[in-house]
This record gives sequence, structure tokens and C-alpha cells, in this order.
Amino acid sequence: MIAGTVKRLFPILAVLTALLLAYGTYQALVVAPTERTMGDVQRIFYYHVPSAWTGFCLFFTNLIASIVYLIRKNPKADALAVSSAEVGVVFCTIVLVTGPIWARPVWGIWWTWDLRLTSTLVLWLIYVSYLVLRRFSDSAQTPVLAAVLAIFGALDVPLVYFSIWFFRTQHPQPVIGGGGSLDPRMLHVFLLNLFTFSCFGAMVCWWRCRLEWLQREVDEAEAMESLLEPTEARLSKPKVTAGGGR
Amino acid sequence: MSSLRSITFATLAKDIRLEWRSRDAVNSMLFFSLLVVVIFSFSFDPNAEESRQIAGGLIWVAFLFAAVVALNQTWARELRNQVLDAYRVSPAPAAALFLAKALGNFVLVSLLEALMAPLFVIFYNLRALGPAWQLIPVALLGTWALVVNGTFFAAMSIRTRSREIMLPLLLFPISIPAVQSMVEATRILLAGDGSARFWIVLLLTYDVVFTTACLALFETILQAE
Repeated sequence: MIAGTVKRLFPILAVLTALLLAYGTYQALVVAPTERTMGDVQRIFYYHVPSAWTGFCLFFTNLIASIVYLIRKNPKADALAVSSAEVGVVFCTIVLVTGPIWARPVWGIWWTWDLRLTSTLVLWLIYVSYLVLRRFSDSAQTPVLAAVLAIFGALDVPLVYFSIWFFRTQHPQPVIGGGGSLDPRMLHVFLLNLFTFSCFGAMVCWWRCRLEWLQREVDEAEAMESLLEPTEARLSKPKVTAGGGR
Repeated sequence: MSSLRSITFATLAKDIRLEWRSRDAVNSMLFFSLLVVVIFSFSFDPNAEESRQIAGGLIWVAFLFAAVVALNQTWARELRNQVLDAYRVSPAPAAALFLAKALGNFVLVSLLEALMAPLFVIFYNLRALGPAWQLIPVALLGTWALVVNGTFFAAMSIRTRSREIMLPLLLFPISIPAVQSMVEATRILLAGDGSARFWIVLLLTYDVVFTTACLALFETILQAE
């Protein structure tokens, strides 16, 4: 009953998200005013920051789902954990790719070991290792191992943050521009894109989660079938089994 | 509590006795880190001032790689003859088993460091300009930081395919803040610029956080079916 409603709701929401994405892109590329010093390259900001926000939200979802899985052993929580980690890594990759594209013309360098850049990179590394663990271990224990790793990763994040914060405040960092106020029109476009990307991320994650769930049901059905098959074969041809005794 | 201690020490004594008889892990680690020292020394060819700046990184990277060699063998021994399954059904607390394994690795890696440190001093002409005694707490805390998570992730990676390669893939990302703290503290103490207190406190925090997490979650990993 609920599944049927969800199934019907999804295309409507998907179309709405697609429209929002198109509108957000139009706003970011055409409507938002051009930044005075950086020029058009600043427009990447409307994709970069919302992607970062969405990625971090998905990683947070992964942590919550992992804890719920460890307590309740609910396979649905595990399906949500896989999908949020996968989609989160995609968004985090977008952040790590769009950042240097922006930094090269503005800072004059592709990369700097700055606080936010480095902690995002480390977070990305942790979640890639999470996905590698899931890929390399295909037994029934995988969800437990992965959930434990997610908790370790979450414990690691504040330590990474502090270590880089101290490391970098020890050294001069000329490249990071501080503060400044945002034009209200820019803020409007930015908030629109923030909302759009959150919806987009949630939609992709939701669909991935459904896919994961269906995949598991298929796997389970196949496993059951292969369990039943030899029994049926034996039942239908009892003489062969008896004859091939040795 | 006393059972926890006696089981921990019984397992630790067994592991050390086994290691003492075969010396597999120690020998391979020693030779491995010797190779790393020599290769690094060729690759960088630093003068005295430069080597003070980079030695912290070289030493810890060498120990990190060598530690993985030992850590990978931690649980492999227990897989033969289903020893790990026997542990699982035994009433012994899982924390005792974990502590024994982590302490065993700690002893091994510390031994390696004690043997390799003089070689580093000779090959890189090192002379500490800061308070050198602080290198001891840095080494102890840093080693524990590597082995506590390493032992835990080794227990996780024996459940996967290609387990040898899995351990560094899990361990290195999580160890980044610990490695950075060790390297920075060592660099500061060798070059004598400023105080290493922040890094030692950070290492201590890392150790406390992850030792607690490992002890709390090891039961889950051991019993995972």
C-alpha cells in the first residue's frame, strides 16, 4: 500500500526536482550578478557549496543509519547507509573537482592544504575506504563491518579538523579571502541552489536505496531458488542420484 | 576484572612466545624498514638541516608501513584450526582478546622502533635541537595509535577478500590525524622550533578516543556473522 504510493510519488517529485535544477542553473548562470573581482568563475560557487552541503548531509545520514543498523539490525537502515555513502561520495567528488577549477584562476594555485580543503579530502578518503570495504567483503557480515567503520570515521573527523586547524594556523595562509558580504541577489540564487541540490541529493539517494532494496530481494529469491533446485531435481529423478552414489 | 587481566596476559604471553620461537614478524618488519630507510636516503639525499625537517616524516612512514606487515599477521594465526571460532564460543571477554593482540603488536612495533631509531640517527646524521626526551612519549603514544586501530581493522579485514591489501586501505585514512601529530611532534623536537605539546595532547586524545571505541565495538566485530 505504502510502497505503491511511494512508487507513484517518485516520478512527480523527480520531475519537480529536474525543473528546480533547470531553474537553479538558469538563475546561477544568467540571473545572478557577475562578481566584481573574480568574474564569471565565481558562479561555480552556486554548485560547489550546495554540493558540499548535500555531501555532508548524506555522510551524516550514513552515520545515523549505521548506528541504527548496529542497534536494531534493520536491513533497511543498512540499505540507506550504502546508498547515502555512495551518493555522498559522488557529491564530495564534485566538491573536490569544482574547488580546484575555481581556485586556479582566483588563487593562482589548484590546491592548498587549507583547513576546509584538507578535511573534505580526508572525509572523502574515509568514505572511499568505506565503499572499498563494502565492495571487498560480500558476506553477511559486511553491514556490521561497514557500520563500525562509519562510526570510526565519524570519530576521526573532529580529530582531523583540530590537527589541520592547528597545523595551518601555525603557517601564514595568504590565499584564503576572508568575510565580505554577499549581494542579496547572489544570496537568493545561492539559497535556491542549496535547496535544489538538497532535493536532488535526497532524490538520488532515495532511488539508490530502493534499487539496493530490490537488488537484495532479487538476490534472496535467487539464493532460495538455487537452494530448492537440487532438491527438486533429486525428487524428480531419484534413480540418477541413487545410481551416481559414488 | 581479574579474569580480564589473566586472560589478557595469558593470550599475550602465548603470542609473544610464538613470535619469539619463529621471529617471522620481527625479522620481516626489521628488514622491511631497513629497506625503506635506505631507499628514502637515496631518494632525498638531505643535508643535516633538511634531514631534521623531513626525518619525522620518513621515520613514521617507515614504521607505519612496517607495522602493517606485523598487523596483517595478527589474526592470520588464529584462522588456522578455527581458533577464532573457539574464541567466539568461549566465555572469555572479547575485550581481553583484543587487548592482548593490541599489546602484542605494541611490543613488536616498539621493539622495531628501538632497533631502527639508532640507524636513522646514523644514516641521517640526526641531532635533536629540542627536548629529545619528549620523543619517548611521542613514540609510545604514536605506536599505540597505530596498533590499536591496526589490530581492530586487521580483525575486520580478515573477513574480506584480499585481506592483506584491505588493512592499509582501512587503516591509513583513519590514521591521518595520528600520523600528522607524530610527524609534526617529531619534526618540532628535532628542529627545536617551538613546543610539541599540542601534538602530544592530540595524540593522547586520539589514543583515548579510539581505544575506547575499539574496546566497545570489538565484541560486535568478533561476533559478526
